[in-house]
Amino acid sequence: MIERVRKSLSSASASLIAILAGLLAGFVILLASNPSSALAGLATVLKGGWNGGIKGVGQMLYYATPIIMTGLSVGFAFKTGMFNIGASGQLMVGGLISIYVGATWTFLPGHLHWIVALLMGMLGGMCWGMIVGIFKALLNVNEVITAIMLNYIGMYGVNYVIKNSHLYNQLRNHTVDVAASAVIPKAGLDNIFYMMKGVYKDASSVNAGILIAILCAVLIYILLSKTTFGYELKACGFNRDASRYAGISEKKAIITSMAIAGALSGIAGALMYLAPSSGMHIDVEEILAPQGFNGIAVALLGLSNPIGIIFSGLFVAHISVGGSYLQSLKYMKEVVDIIIGLIIYFSAFSLLVRDVMKRIAGKRRAAQVVQVHREGIPPVEVIPDGAAPDAAPRDDTGQKEAQP
Amino acid sequence: MMDTIYFLVQQMMFFSIPLLIVALGGMFSERSGVINIALEGIMVAGAFCSILFINGMESRMSGQLLLLLAIVVAVVAGMAFSLLHAYAAISLRSDQTISGTALNMIAPAAAIYLARMIQPNGVQQVQFLNTFRIEKVPLLGDIPVLGPLLFQNCYITTYIGFLILIVSAFVLYKTRFGLRLRACGEHPQAADSVGINVYRMRYAGVLISGALAGLGGLVYVIPTSTNFNATVSGYGFLALAVLIFGQWKPRRIFLAAFFFGLMKTIASAYSGISFLQNLGIPSDIYKMVPFIATLVVLAFSSKRSQAPRAAGVPYDKGAR
Repeated sequence: MIERVRKSLSSASASLIAILAGLLAGFVILLASNPSSALAGLATVLKGGWNGGIKGVGQMLYYATPIIMTGLSVGFAFKTGMFNIGASGQLMVGGLISIYVGATWTFLPGHLHWIVALLMGMLGGMCWGMIVGIFKALLNVNEVITAIMLNYIGMYGVNYVIKNSHLYNQLRNHTVDVAASAVIPKAGLDNIFYMMKGVYKDASSVNAGILIAILCAVLIYILLSKTTFGYELKACGFNRDASRYAGISEKKAIITSMAIAGALSGIAGALMYLAPSSGMHIDVEEILAPQGFNGIAVALLGLSNPIGIIFSGLFVAHISVGGSYLQSLKYMKEVVDIIIGLIIYFSAFSLLVRDVMKRIAGKRRAAQVVQVHREGIPPVEVIPDGAAPDAAPRDDTGQKEAQP
Repeated sequence: MMDTIYFLVQQMMFFSIPLLIVALGGMFSERSGVINIALEGIMVAGAFCSILFINGMESRMSGQLLLLLAIVVAVVAGMAFSLLHAYAAISLRSDQTISGTALNMIAPAAAIYLARMIQPNGVQQVQFLNTFRIEKVPLLGDIPVLGPLLFQNCYITTYIGFLILIVSAFVLYKTRFGLRLRACGEHPQAADSVGINVYRMRYAGVLISGALAGLGGLVYVIPTSTNFNATVSGYGFLALAVLIFGQWKPRRIFLAAFFFGLMKTIASAYSGISFLQNLGIPSDIYKMVPFIATLVVLAFSSKRSQAPRAAGVPYDKGAR
């Protein structure tokens, strides 16, 4: 346990170093473009949602919701050895289906309505992701190409369906809004994240979606690291041949993994479009949903760890919201995208950083071993860092197989 | 009827040639063992620098000379930008999707940022005058059938694209460099054991991909627009798809690029073709055709498709 905590701390610190380096580089860019207010600019970025007070923090949580979900989708696929570049299409398909359910299935009573709409959106994304898995498992088509194609098919397909159905609001060129009962409740969050404008309470758009996203992250974490099923999916990602040898059906694993990844992106779409105030309808436009691609960044920054992804999603949303306040200082908000890109780039240096840290830790450990020796305890008990990676789940399955 | 075909082929070049060039670039990178999903970002970087160059120089020169100089700028910019990917993926042995994703994020944001900083009016679009279109190539343009197909209403970049295809196929299969490059993508340890410097070969692969992707960015923007707005509309990702579709082989990449280009042309120009127009199929369906057709073809043709074995695996000389 302590080993694991130490390990995740060391990878988290590698990410923190990348974040610091990226922010520093961003500061240099601000300095180069307008030195006089560079410090204020950096402070604005770092303040993120707080620029808008407690309501701004709510907005930050609102923006974080879909990218945590797409981040989970991409990160989950990474863990099972696949690259899900198709989160964007899965999100759109999921979003459309939840809009459909949200706008038409008004016979559903009260709270059941938005829950069903959410679940149907999840199913939609799941099907879209499953196609990728089926193509890979049964037809040997690389998942990247299928996902890219399905992104575009999803985008044009969603537009087509909207324009040719009763969901279309031609005047505004977007879908109709979902029924009030299909909107995700605010779950009291509007009583925390609001600002008073005179007597009018200006509540943030944050809603129960963020709680659902965090719940999903926890569930995926449990699935991946505490269950045999998750272990099998991961094993297939590590080494396909070895897991086939161990009796795991790799084809089934590939299809299931992509289905789950798609489902997570589908939830992202549902949470986006069932959200109160600014969500609730899909605009007809020919742009791939950027949340899908931001998900890749969030997943990488969170090292594909579901819990890490919660934090990286919050962080990306935080500085993105911060960036939108930069205009008052005559900076372009794109600097934030550059900073996020640089942070991800610097996280590529993590191997280097980890090596250096291990060398430092190694020296300290060596000193400890010497000390233990002096106290007369055999040095065997001191296991060096990383000697048995992922030892815990491996033991689990070993025991289960040994029992019958 | 013939006019329609001529028009379609001329249009098809605008879609196919950039895909061909960029996918061939990606091929060099992946055959050397480095997955390059940064093609999109490198295209943006190449297009931005070269269009900015044209924007600055067009008062002094125009026509093919300016275009050729811009091509040099695009190639150099693409190479410089891809060096970032090469350093992280090869020297630092990082996960190759990390630096690729990072470059894809940085390029468009930096293009907008720089354009608004540099340009006096502070807009993000970089305008340019298209003085590069060739109405008709002398002599060749008068050949019946072939003339209107290939030598009228065209750009010099079309021929450069074909040249790159031939040179790429030759380099990859007929030269020592190509053999070594492929060896590094299949089994780098074996390549190393016979004295090939795997790191150097992989740097070469990524830099070639950078050069071609940078060029591809320019080639994409010139015929399709009159300004550069920090995007190549996903063509880098499509080129990646074409590369996989073409199974990492030059001739198949050529076929894939032109298949996709043709579909894309039909999708965007169907309203000009009375036969397709009369079918009454909505435009959104036409727009989906290239992607669905690609998936269908892939479903039947991928059984034996195999990526370069070592692609995506960082090479560690010290690993066992």
